[in-house]
Amino acid sequence: MTGTARAGPTTGTPAAIGARLVRIEGPDKVRGAAPYAYEYPVDGVTYCCAVGSTVTRGRVRSTSADAIRQVPGVLEVLWHANAPRLATADGSELAVLQSDRVAYRRQIVAAVVAESFEIATEAARMLEIEYDDEPFAVELRADDPDLYRPDKVNPNFATDTETGDVDGALRSATYGVDHTYRTPAYHNNPMEPHASIAVWHGDELTVFDSNQGASPVRARLAELFGVPPGSVRVVAEHVGGGFGAKGTPRPVVVLTAMAARVVGRPVKMAATREQMFAFVGYRTPTIQRVRLGADADGRIVGISHEVVEQTSTIDEFAEQTAVATRMMYAGANRRTTHRLRRLDVPTPAWMRAPGECPGMYALESAVDELAIASGLDPVELRLRNDPQTDPETGAPFTSRNLAACLRDGSRLFGWTQRHAEPRVQRDGRWLVGTGLAASTYPARARASKATARARRDGGFDVELCAADIGTGARTALTQIAADALGVAPAVVRLRLGDTNFSEAPLAGGSMGTSSWGWAVTRACEGLRARLAEADGSVPVDGLAVEVDTKEEIERREQRPAHAFGAQFAEVRVDEGTGEIRVARLLGVFAVGRIVNPMTARSQLIGGMTMGVSMALLEASLLDREYGDYLNHDLAQYEIATCADVPRVEAHWIDERDDFVNPLGAKGVGEIGIVGTAAAIANATYNATGVRVRDLPIRLEKLIG
Amino acid sequence: MTKVRLTVNGQPWTVDIDPRVTVLDLLREHLGLTGAKKGCDRGQCGACTVLRDGRRVNSCLVLAVSADGSEIVSVEGLAGDSDLHPLQRSFLDHDAYQCGYCTPGQLCSAVGALAELEAGWPSAVTDKGSTPTLEPEEIRERMSGNLCRCAAYVNIVAAVYEVGRSA
Repeated sequence: MTGTARAGPTTGTPAAIGARLVRIEGPDKVRGAAPYAYEYPVDGVTYCCAVGSTVTRGRVRSTSADAIRQVPGVLEVLWHANAPRLATADGSELAVLQSDRVAYRRQIVAAVVAESFEIATEAARMLEIEYDDEPFAVELRADDPDLYRPDKVNPNFATDTETGDVDGALRSATYGVDHTYRTPAYHNNPMEPHASIAVWHGDELTVFDSNQGASPVRARLAELFGVPPGSVRVVAEHVGGGFGAKGTPRPVVVLTAMAARVVGRPVKMAATREQMFAFVGYRTPTIQRVRLGADADGRIVGISHEVVEQTSTIDEFAEQTAVATRMMYAGANRRTTHRLRRLDVPTPAWMRAPGECPGMYALESAVDELAIASGLDPVELRLRNDPQTDPETGAPFTSRNLAACLRDGSRLFGWTQRHAEPRVQRDGRWLVGTGLAASTYPARARASKATARARRDGGFDVELCAADIGTGARTALTQIAADALGVAPAVVRLRLGDTNFSEAPLAGGSMGTSSWGWAVTRACEGLRARLAEADGSVPVDGLAVEVDTKEEIERREQRPAHAFGAQFAEVRVDEGTGEIRVARLLGVFAVGRIVNPMTARSQLIGGMTMGVSMALLEASLLDREYGDYLNHDLAQYEIATCADVPRVEAHWIDERDDFVNPLGAKGVGEIGIVGTAAAIANATYNATGVRVRDLPIRLEKLIG
Repeated sequence: MTKVRLTVNGQPWTVDIDPRVTVLDLLREHLGLTGAKKGCDRGQCGACTVLRDGRRVNSCLVLAVSADGSEIVSVEGLAGDSDLHPLQRSFLDHDAYQCGYCTPGQLCSAVGALAELEAGWPSAVTDKGSTPTLEPEEIRERMSGNLCRCAAYVNIVAAVYEVGRSA
């Protein structure tokens, strides 16, 4: 080998981190040229349509599968009697068609595979299924005698915590509040449904799948189908949103792979929007009793947050709703508890900011009520109770800039112009009110691998099985790689969303930039060192360095690390009709270093807007008669749209937290939705004098 | 099977298809044009929006057989011979998308919305009896049939408004 090419850092390259770089895949997305899972062209592909149970609990006795198989174009009808056995013994959500048991209404009980989408859909509708149905329970109640204490809450937090004499402190407090707040079930509803195409070649499986992490999907598929992980390739190049619903594999990908194996041809399937309300997860409804007590100076002396929520009969998911209350405010006497009820419902799962989102709605509403009770301004009350060490453990926070967010937010929003007295500010028929709430979200990182490769043409490939579900990960990681290599982003080709690349954790928990960015930094640093040793010479097939951050992450000291924020809302309520509009929403966040201000801002305003949606619109309505979510489509499950959000602003303070990761960045995906609903509920109280403690805030709760 | 003739992004097609096939599935599953997206298949989310004879429609609600003779423009055809349509460029500049799944529908809808404004069609927020003018409020109202769960709305409105203003 004689010829070598040279590659290496160019001097004077401006920093890419912090630049407003347009999304790398943006041109493909606006041209409609970015392929999503269902869109890969595959020869001879067939179509699968799932059939859901029409009973809520019971057993499948028989089906008309034999008759449906005679329909022209139908290739197979699968149900528990003929579905291949998966290599899993449990009865979880992924044990698709493995038993005759029905654990909830519209659980998958059969599937039709056909030559076309239309034939599969119609045959699925024609399939008759006989059941033995049983009595069921679907309604969550705080006084249910069958509530139980789970061993831990998601992902592995203590179920309950207690410090000091909580009841005594609450009894002797000068000011106190004791209220119960409720949130309904919510469905994630990413715009792209869960979708997969499965192709088998012998025991080799390729899956194009819409998910938040192809590596964990591969691991689970290999386990379920009894093949080595190396025989499974999962591709998720572009993903049309997830918000937690695609964080772990869901039944669609399992059913698609199973169907493809049975018919011996490629199979594609997308959940219908109606099915998105059945078997792909949702946020549990919550019932939260919050008690706060403060002394004459407004210093909190007692905090109690007791949560009741649901799980299913087949899997346990315990949302960590009260966990943020453990670290948010000072106070010597504190208690948090979580109780679950196993109901005949689908298994709840992650939805954007699981735990913090519903929990901080309750806590931040209660803090507003405490401010009113104690006559203190809500900003001042929060500042007086802002601890610099973790209130449960005494450990110092890596950084905690809640106070700066509150102060900057007050100034930018014009907070001091408000009237603390409700129903004072008016604009014609509109009652105008303002409110605020604090936000928080943990700053964590998971171990990841990444590969950086110098090419002989002077370019660099950086590859890892990360996911860009709309976060801007591809772009942010390109910027991170460019700076670590000391080159311009234009010469870095960042590739992700394919298990052929280095194994990486899923997109979730606001950990993407931390976890993947950390590995990308180390891989690029390693490559840069190797290039320096080789004096910049690159062999014909390139020079590659793969790293794994596992050891480095395990070695580091554990300290409480969190992002913070403060959100301010102005609402207008029509005095006659109760119509409520969020005129203005402004958030200031302390989220560490910002890698790309354009995409970070989009994440924050996106979260805040989803918070508006939660405050005013969203609720999955349970049908007690049939145990089903009634409003299972996008006409009846309302989400915010352009007309609902005239003005949403996200700002951030200058913060860099070098403890959390080498980038100093804390993550921005979840915090935007945390606290928003409370800010709006608090503003609604200020406008109307009506305190709404059960979301959503709908007009009928404000009038009469 | 039924024979349907239509034009898609300037190209004439004659297809023999199942009469149950929608325009959306015709584009995606039969013509290889996967730009238009299926978000709900019920006309509730707008991800499948295309232009049919110049007007925006939810292509999941139009059977291909009823579109015989139509001229369809999907996101792939918006730019014509240009690199990017001004709205596509504006969406990039304003980061008016995140996951990108609703984006093709938003873009086609924005083309239709601006044309409707230009033609003087009133909306629910237009003062009764008056001619609508290009205002952010009009854009918000007219773009509200296109859902974006990532919630890029304030950026979408800014992107569309800027193109409308410079037209």
